[in-house]
Amino acid sequence: MKLRDTLQLSFNTVASYRTRSLLIVLAMALGVAAVVVLTALGDGARRYVVGKFSSIGTNLIIVLPGRAETAGGFPGAVLAQTPRDLTLEDARFVGQLLQVKRYAPLNVGVAELAAAGRLREVTVLGSTADLLPIRHMNLAQGSFLAQGAEYSAQIILGAKIAQEFFPQGNVIGQRMRLGDRRFLVSGVLAIQGESMGFNSDELVIIPIDHAQALFNTASLFRILVEARSRSDIESAKEAIRDTLKRRHDGEDDVTVITQDAVLATFDRILRALTLGVAGIAAISLAVAGILVMNVMLVAVSQRTAEIGLLKAIGAPSADIRLLFFAEALWLSLAGAALGFVLGQFGSLLIRLAYPQLPAWPPVWASLAGVTIAFVTGILASLLPAARAAQLDPVKALAGR
Amino acid sequence: MGDQEVRALSGINLEIASGEYVSLMGPSGSGKTTLLNVLGLLDRPNSGRYELDGKDVTDLSEVEQARVRREKIGFVFQSFHLVPRLTAAENIELPLMLAGTAPAERKARVDETLLSFDLLDRARHRPAELSGGQRQRVAIARATILRPTILLADEPTGNLDHRIGAEVMALLEGLHHAGATLILVTHDRELGARAHRRIAMRDGEIVADER
Repeated sequence: MKLRDTLQLSFNTVASYRTRSLLIVLAMALGVAAVVVLTALGDGARRYVVGKFSSIGTNLIIVLPGRAETAGGFPGAVLAQTPRDLTLEDARFVGQLLQVKRYAPLNVGVAELAAAGRLREVTVLGSTADLLPIRHMNLAQGSFLAQGAEYSAQIILGAKIAQEFFPQGNVIGQRMRLGDRRFLVSGVLAIQGESMGFNSDELVIIPIDHAQALFNTASLFRILVEARSRSDIESAKEAIRDTLKRRHDGEDDVTVITQDAVLATFDRILRALTLGVAGIAAISLAVAGILVMNVMLVAVSQRTAEIGLLKAIGAPSADIRLLFFAEALWLSLAGAALGFVLGQFGSLLIRLAYPQLPAWPPVWASLAGVTIAFVTGILASLLPAARAAQLDPVKALAGR
Repeated sequence: MGDQEVRALSGINLEIASGEYVSLMGPSGSGKTTLLNVLGLLDRPNSGRYELDGKDVTDLSEVEQARVRREKIGFVFQSFHLVPRLTAAENIELPLMLAGTAPAERKARVDETLLSFDLLDRARHRPAELSGGQRQRVAIARATILRPTILLADEPTGNLDHRIGAEVMALLEGLHHAGATLILVTHDRELGARAHRRIAMRDGEIVADER
């Protein structure tokens, strides 16, 4: 029997048992779709988290005062016990390193902001002009802290603060009082929402010198450093540590963390999660495989007389085995294809429902889903096909 | 029953010449169908030899036996054994498909066969849409499309009324006149008497062989 005829004959058989075939195909398709959709969700979550982290800057290195040997604690919390403070001068030395593209010293505090008869407490960031590009922040209007104009009393408002104080717009050039000092509004940040614990919509930014004077401190909260390239991150990290150690009389009293390391950890965790979810979905495919086996076994016993006839008119066992095998092949093929389409459609629905979640099914997951459907379908047909091939023609013809 | 061996056939010594018309008769359980199955290579004797066209086919492999069945033997059954999903034409085409004949040639031969069995207007019908006589005609067409030298018919008229049965018998006898060896299993004495050679069986043994 020619392969083409085998495929055609088995296709006709599958097509003529419409309800039965449809149910199997559906079971397979749901399994494949579950793998595709769930991995799309998992991978979407991973991309979402990684994207959030990346949005705080590229090739970012963060320098904190104090040595945090105990992992897991928030290193900034040991600020009070730090033997030596990080200073603006430290930051300038870091900025001169070859591997460093730009840097921004950072001070954080809380102060009372007042203008136009309104009053509220705000988080104040003191920094320099480079904070904007390093942190990937955008301005909605006006200009950021001017380069080299650290001493001028400018203030940049978060989007929500600007909205609260000046609901009619017309913000630029307004006078505001922050603590006991007066500032001129020079810019408003674009709406960004929360990232890394900071809600940039509800803070204000002033020049670092003013911040140090306002909070009466010479020490820095952090230094944000952007390395020249991804490959420079490690050597920049070493260079920063060396420089600061030298400046701090040989004492290794700063913590240098890289965004890369944090990112890699999240990436790993979420990948593992996606794999786990995909594994659970794959179990449903195995169940579908058992269903295929069950249905094929029933088909063999229903079609016993027909198998006997095929033998009587000269079909060798191998042809009969192939016929049943091909039936399972068609069912798996249809199930896998339908499941793939359903999965892509489901992922599309998720993306439409949650636009911020990039729920694209990974290629490997789609391939794995389709492959597992195929393999289980084929494995499940081996036993029924062998049983059909081994039927005794005399008994089979008698319907026994 | 228990460990007592049941002998479906024993002591059979039979020679059938090419082109003969033989009827096998006997009560149920006499072994006539078993003998037919052995002749058709569907059943293998536990001991003894079976020569077909001068060649020992007793110990052929499964694949070779299937080939011999396909090329030399045509089966006609009491219950027709048509595949319910396939049309009359597709049922007739099955042996050609199993033999690996090319589709174009298959179509020509099926058309030719449909014509000679007067089934052209029934070609696209499924077995359920055919009368008993038409079903048996389709089954005989299928059995003969590869022009086998031996026709084995097991109660071919058992499920048909007398008139249609006579038509089917005329068809089979026509094939015999065209040169085929026809071996007919029946317990209908009248039908059996039409054969040129009449073999009677009882308890797995041949008790009479008349010409």
